[in-house]
Amino acid sequence: MHFLFGTRDELFITIAKIVILLFIVLTVNAYLTWFERKVVAHIQSRWGPHRVGPHGLLQPLADGVKFFFKEDPTPAGVDKFVYFLAPLLALALALTSIAIIPFGPEPVRLFGHDIYLGIAPPNLNIGILALFAITALGVYGVVLAGWASNSKYPLLGGLRSSAQMISYELALTLSVVGVLLMAGTFNLRDIINAQAPLAGHPDHGIIGWNIWPQILGFFCFFTAAVAETNRVPFDLPEAEQELVAGFHTEYASFKFAMFFIAEYTSMITVSCLATIMFFGGWLSPFPASWTLTHYLPSVILIPFGLWVIMDGFRYETVLGRLVLPAAGTVVTALGLAFIVFPHVNAFIQAPFWFLSKVLLFLFVYVWMRGTLPRFRYDQLMAFGWKLLLPVALANVALTSFVILAKMQWGAK
Amino acid sequence: MTEALLVFFVLAALAVIGAVSLILQKHPIHSALSLIVVMVALAGLYLLMGAEFVAAVQIIVYGGAIMVLFVFVIMLLNAGAEERTSLSKMAGPPGLLLVAALAAFVAATIARSGASVQAAAQTGALSSTKGISEMIFKDFVYPFELTSILILVAILGAMVLAQREKS
Repeated sequence: MHFLFGTRDELFITIAKIVILLFIVLTVNAYLTWFERKVVAHIQSRWGPHRVGPHGLLQPLADGVKFFFKEDPTPAGVDKFVYFLAPLLALALALTSIAIIPFGPEPVRLFGHDIYLGIAPPNLNIGILALFAITALGVYGVVLAGWASNSKYPLLGGLRSSAQMISYELALTLSVVGVLLMAGTFNLRDIINAQAPLAGHPDHGIIGWNIWPQILGFFCFFTAAVAETNRVPFDLPEAEQELVAGFHTEYASFKFAMFFIAEYTSMITVSCLATIMFFGGWLSPFPASWTLTHYLPSVILIPFGLWVIMDGFRYETVLGRLVLPAAGTVVTALGLAFIVFPHVNAFIQAPFWFLSKVLLFLFVYVWMRGTLPRFRYDQLMAFGWKLLLPVALANVALTSFVILAKMQWGAK
Repeated sequence: MTEALLVFFVLAALAVIGAVSLILQKHPIHSALSLIVVMVALAGLYLLMGAEFVAAVQIIVYGGAIMVLFVFVIMLLNAGAEERTSLSKMAGPPGLLLVAALAAFVAATIARSGASVQAAAQTGALSSTKGISEMIFKDFVYPFELTSILILVAILGAMVLAQREKS
């Protein structure tokens, strides 16, 4: 079994990684809901959650507890097996897909093992295909939930969503073909490395990213990805005016939470994928010779930490006056630590840029939700088939032509 | 190697159980789900042989696209559970005979081509994407293009049938 699991140590390391990543992803999920509610609230000139904990920071915890203790009725006439399978499938597939994402280039050396950031082995040659395979199966969670609920609204929601996902999956897959042609590999690490500065031109930084030659591809990718994750403006499967809550109308309590977590996890996966495919993954946007930019994490963390401390002292509740300065101190100390220990600073550069870019994409998701109205169903289908698909195809043809032309007449 | 064999038997059992359940299930959706299990188990078997690309494509195309379409159609037609009718008496013995013949044919084919199949898995010609694309677009380019035309004809046929119904 060595080719599957490796030695026993490696097996333990992988299990530890899974547990840690699961914890991180679920926590990020929880705070993504807080982030979303806060940002949308501020877009709409409201405060958002601010009662539970300082700045509403304990709201996700309260929501989680609520999900656990709510009554969990099973409607009459449901297909029991499929009804219980659907949320499990949605959640399991969403969480599995994040295992394929690599988060940093350099392995950490711990206990005599090279530990890479990310669960999948660094030489996973079908990286992007494996991800698409898992997303392709993700449709079933939604479709089966709609069907098994034995109710009209979920059935319509499930049908809509399967039609939408089939339509946009084509554009999604085609839009990354340009990137794959340029990189010549399916391996996510190699795709990032293909955007890294070449030996001859060490100073191109952001210019080398795929977003410039593949701007069409990125447009198609991000639009299709938003549609795949059923988010605004493509959230027709759960259009509440027409379908109540769409496919999860008949799900309550933790089964509903599972769909919810699955949706937010796929948002994170898609953001990671956009970062990897088009925005250079963990590469810094600055030229390699600008070594001063290595202090950017500290430059961001220290003022932010100090601001949290200041804000904490002025906070209304006693809990806030205690917790916020403490959190601010931790953040400031972290920022200072990065300056004091250059090795640590060098190591966190890659994850820092990766996570910053992912955060940016997540913000764009929330921003769109706060800004855009929902598509009508015929508009959605016309947009997918008549605009996105042809543009993605044209992008493939254009990219192959340019690559071929370079091979034929290009510089060497 | 014994551990690989263990994984093989687990996946093979999964595939066979899925296939049997596909036939025995009364509801079309349950049958479709069983078929998905078969597809995914087969993808696992491909992965075990080192054919990463084929495994991924198996899930994307069969597990994803085609089976979603199946489920979609079943849902759209709102097909209910099958009703068991009194089985045709004629269907039994000839059916068994056909099953036996098919099994014998498959077994004979496997037994005869065992060595070459083993060799293919070891040379890795099918494991890399490059090897597969060279086979499809160089060695077997005409059969491949003919298959594409066949599929195109089927699509056109579907279009024609749909249009006729409308007018």
